[in-house]
Amino acid sequence: MFKVLKYLKPYSAQTAAAMFFMVLNNVTTLVLPLMLTNITNGVKEGDIGYIMQTGMQMLAVSFAGIITSIIGSYFTARAAMGFGATLRREIFTKVESLSPGDINEVGIPSLITRSTNDVKHIQDMIVNGIRMIIATPVLLIGGAILAVFKNPQLSTVILAAIPVIALIVFLVARKVIPMFDEMEKRTDRLNQVIREKISGIRVIRAFSRTEYEDEKFDEASSRLTALALKINRIVALLIPIGVSILFVMAISLVWLSTMQINRLDAVTQAETIATAVGDLQAFILYLVVILVALVMAATMFIMVPYGTISANRILEVLSIEPTVKESENPIVPDENIKGTLEFKDVYFGYPGAENPVLSGLSFKIEKGETVAIIGSTGSGKSTLINLIPRFFDVTSGEILIDGVNVKDIPLDTLNGKIGFVPQKAVLFSGTVADNLKFGKHDATPEEIEKALEISQSTEFVNALPNKAYEMISQGGNTLSGGQKQRLAIARALIKNAEFFIFDDSFSAVDLKTDAALRQSLRENLSQATVILVAQRIGTIQHCDKIIVLEDGKIVGIGKHKELLESCSVYREIADSQYSVIESGGEQVE
Amino acid sequence: MSKKKKQQNENSKYSVYKKKNDKAYDTWGTAKKLAKRLKPFRLKLVIVAIAAIVSTAMSILGPRYLGDIIDAIDVQVQNKLAGNTFEFLDVARILAKAVAVYAITSVMMYIQHYTMAGVAQRLVYKLRDDVNRKLSLLPLRYYDSTTTGEVLSRAVSDLDNINKSLQNNLTQIITSVITVIGVLAMMLSLNLTMTAVSVAVVPASALIALLIAGRSKRWFRQQWDRNGELNGHIEEMYTGHNIIKIFSMEKNAINEFDDINNELFKVSYKAQFLSGIIMPFISFVNNIGYVIICILGGLFVINNSLSLGGITTFITYSKLFSQPFVDLAQIANNLQSTLASAERVFNLLDEEPETSDKDNEVLKNPEGVIRFEHVDFSYTEDKPLMNDLNLRVNPGQLVAIVGPTGAGKTTIVNLLMRFYDVKGGKITLDGKDIRTLTRDSLRSAYGMILQDIWLFKGTIRENIAYGRLDATDEEIIAAAKMARAHHFISTLSDGYDTVLDENGTNISQGQRQLITIARAVLANPSILILDEATSSVDTRTEMQIQYAMADLMKNRTCFVIAHRLSTIRKADTILVIDNGEIVEAGNHQELLAKKGFYYQLYNS
Repeated sequence: MFKVLKYLKPYSAQTAAAMFFMVLNNVTTLVLPLMLTNITNGVKEGDIGYIMQTGMQMLAVSFAGIITSIIGSYFTARAAMGFGATLRREIFTKVESLSPGDINEVGIPSLITRSTNDVKHIQDMIVNGIRMIIATPVLLIGGAILAVFKNPQLSTVILAAIPVIALIVFLVARKVIPMFDEMEKRTDRLNQVIREKISGIRVIRAFSRTEYEDEKFDEASSRLTALALKINRIVALLIPIGVSILFVMAISLVWLSTMQINRLDAVTQAETIATAVGDLQAFILYLVVILVALVMAATMFIMVPYGTISANRILEVLSIEPTVKESENPIVPDENIKGTLEFKDVYFGYPGAENPVLSGLSFKIEKGETVAIIGSTGSGKSTLINLIPRFFDVTSGEILIDGVNVKDIPLDTLNGKIGFVPQKAVLFSGTVADNLKFGKHDATPEEIEKALEISQSTEFVNALPNKAYEMISQGGNTLSGGQKQRLAIARALIKNAEFFIFDDSFSAVDLKTDAALRQSLRENLSQATVILVAQRIGTIQHCDKIIVLEDGKIVGIGKHKELLESCSVYREIADSQYSVIESGGEQVE
Repeated sequence: MSKKKKQQNENSKYSVYKKKNDKAYDTWGTAKKLAKRLKPFRLKLVIVAIAAIVSTAMSILGPRYLGDIIDAIDVQVQNKLAGNTFEFLDVARILAKAVAVYAITSVMMYIQHYTMAGVAQRLVYKLRDDVNRKLSLLPLRYYDSTTTGEVLSRAVSDLDNINKSLQNNLTQIITSVITVIGVLAMMLSLNLTMTAVSVAVVPASALIALLIAGRSKRWFRQQWDRNGELNGHIEEMYTGHNIIKIFSMEKNAINEFDDINNELFKVSYKAQFLSGIIMPFISFVNNIGYVIICILGGLFVINNSLSLGGITTFITYSKLFSQPFVDLAQIANNLQSTLASAERVFNLLDEEPETSDKDNEVLKNPEGVIRFEHVDFSYTEDKPLMNDLNLRVNPGQLVAIVGPTGAGKTTIVNLLMRFYDVKGGKITLDGKDIRTLTRDSLRSAYGMILQDIWLFKGTIRENIAYGRLDATDEEIIAAAKMARAHHFISTLSDGYDTVLDENGTNISQGQRQLITIARAVLANPSILILDEATSSVDTRTEMQIQYAMADLMKNRTCFVIAHRLSTIRKADTILVIDNGEIVEAGNHQELLAKKGFYYQLYNS
């Protein structure tokens, strides 16, 4: 929790100012009851002038109260909102520095919540915290000090009560805070059960598992209800305890006060006796102030645990060490040997996994070659190509680009060499041209046109009302899957990279366009090294090299004809598709 | 990109972050329904009400006794100054009364909160349970016409809202109202002029609060908009993280983030500041009232129309007086949104459920003879999808359903499993009209592998065992092996105990699909429905699965909705569907020879 507060540092001046003015404000709150005793004493003297004078003073104090409060509010708002902005930026920058592998560990939806809602929780807590964390002790301690000055004997009641109250607060906090934690978990679980029930309704009914789901639901629901009830009842207990303490205090005050008066000598201590009633009044009003402070403390109870949960979730993100790091002694590959890629005995496994995903991969790809990777689902095709731009780092072995280990190449240089088209085409909100400019920030309209042409996108882009300057929404939902894939290809093409990697990137493109697209890529990328993950043998027959993966191992490398002879896995794949290849296509839709 | 365009886009783009309508349409009707739900708790509610009334009344009496005590002491002090003895008993008598009053207040408050917590939690538990039961009973039509988010927000956030509101607001209304009335009466009994001052403070502070709130609205609006924009940017950048990385666009992403973030900061601190000064202004007005009351009080004591203790009592009352108004304003706001929530929940509960099937026949060991007899069907009245459909499928036959997207292929599945009922004609299984069978027993006859993969949060083992709850570990592993899922499962750090997260980011789509296949294998059904089942699995794996399934398919009736001709070519019957109608039926060779719709489709 406190670790998060270090992001408040840039705003320490504002925070200090906010706290300062809040303290002043609280002092005015304390002084007012004190001045009331002056009025009471004025009443005894029958001095109307004195009463009016005191009244004016009280108004002045009230005015000081609102001024300090407004200034305090201003600084609180600046500090808290600034803190929120800084923290959000920290998280965002951190996430941008992580590799896709790191991000998967936390999960994207969770990262989004942490960057938005969790920050807001803490921000709210700071706003209230500055007000209350300051107010509570100032009111309690200030009240106590003033009381001692006013009447040391009566003040023992307040002084004795403070540790008692503190102890009760501490005991309850120790019991309730872990319960809040648990409550959060149980709420999450319930929400999740309901979410699953809604999204999986067909499967649940198909398997006739309604009862099973109802049991799951009921368990989650009862567990939540039981805990919520328990917490609420403990909180309910706080109210009578608080009230009782206050009234025990009030009664003790009256008791002590009467005892005190009783002991005094009527003649020699007449003046003390005369002010005793005023003192008692002031003390009772202090009790009200303390009550307010207590209510604030109780509110903090609810806030702090919520804030702590959020803070921990944020700290977890901030403490992730990026696994893919920039090399300390970066080597820029020789300009003259562009476009070779070599895997040397590469192993990759997720930490702690029984079997590695990839084991002992070694192969070399020469400049200008087109290489296909084929294999069944889970054979490691996508993992293999994700290692090249360092989305993940190899567990052992090395990957060399132009003779240099990818780990030694500066990340920007490495990314600049690779045009990557992922399996799922992700587009960003902005115009078509904006999306293409991802590949080259200063791309000219001609370059954009060219890239659209090669990717077979010209026709559909020109059909859009604003052509290449048409806005596409987040995720590109107004476009078809095939159109998105083609734009993702165009975005990579404009980069003019040494390597182009296509991770099964043509899957949503219709057959006719697919053929034209492949043809145009062959013509335009003859200089570049191309690596493509493929499903269909028909589309890779003419590749310079085909790598066949099975269970994370290479079981064959070679040309189509060679592999048909030598590689049984390849032959099996071919057989399953052969008749289809003959008939010229296989997708009905 | 231009800011203007961007803002236009926001309406649709960030609609999630927009405030939902927070007013009930039928306030009174909803309130009545909610009241009816409270009926079983009426005894407890009466206890709560009594406790609330007593504790409030007592807490109003409290300051009065304190004032009396001060007066009594004052009398004794005068006594003592006059040389008489301090009569302690006079004070003690009042003190005893005060103790009694406070003790009763404490106990009553506890009873009130304790009981109310029980009522609120149990009511919401019951409501949640009803919602859950309702969800189980609702026809698929409801789910297909409502978004997941909508259903979810009713089942989760709306119930939460009701819970919080019941817990706090209900008793607070009682105490607030009683406090206002009681305190007003007490103040009036003490002094008319001072009461007038106290009462005048309330509209004055309300006016100030309204003025400031009106001013800050603009900033809150903007804060809301910027926040939506920022959340949208974060979501977009995180989702496209791979792309951002490979194109080295991190700096751009951060720059754009900074722009929006700074804008948000500027408007949000203003909004925060303005809303933060409402309370100081209110307390300033209250303080002015306080000072006036102090002065007036002093003057009244001097001319003997008020006792010294009366000042303390009155000041305490004047502080008690203004708070309920602030509370009530808040409660009015809360109640409005509570009723809106309650209305949404009740709307869900009022949805028409599926017809009961309690008295229907339980299907046992079905053979798998399926007939469609003159079936008519449509989702909406104006768009008929199926007219006079006739079909006969014998046990062990493989039926392939093909046709363009949206042609109504899943409709057949919806009807087979009775997710929807036919509008005319009938569907029979082993000669029995499926409407005469229980839904559970009918659906147990089918094994289904759907296009959109559904797995729940839990281990892989649990997810596969969903197919048959009493399956042994050996059976689960055997099913996984058959579905070719065993290899990848053992590459995971926790193997079969790997917990699948909700969004399934820890394994690939293809792998998730393999798990659903293993689940179906384990269920060992009489009839199989494969709904584009293998669309995210490559052909080689698909082939392996098909080999594995060949055994499973033996003596079983199979419906396959597939894009792959390799699957379709093996089918005994191919149903070619266009516009919901079966336009052609026959095997591959026959249909090709026919040179009709299938032939065109095949050669496209």
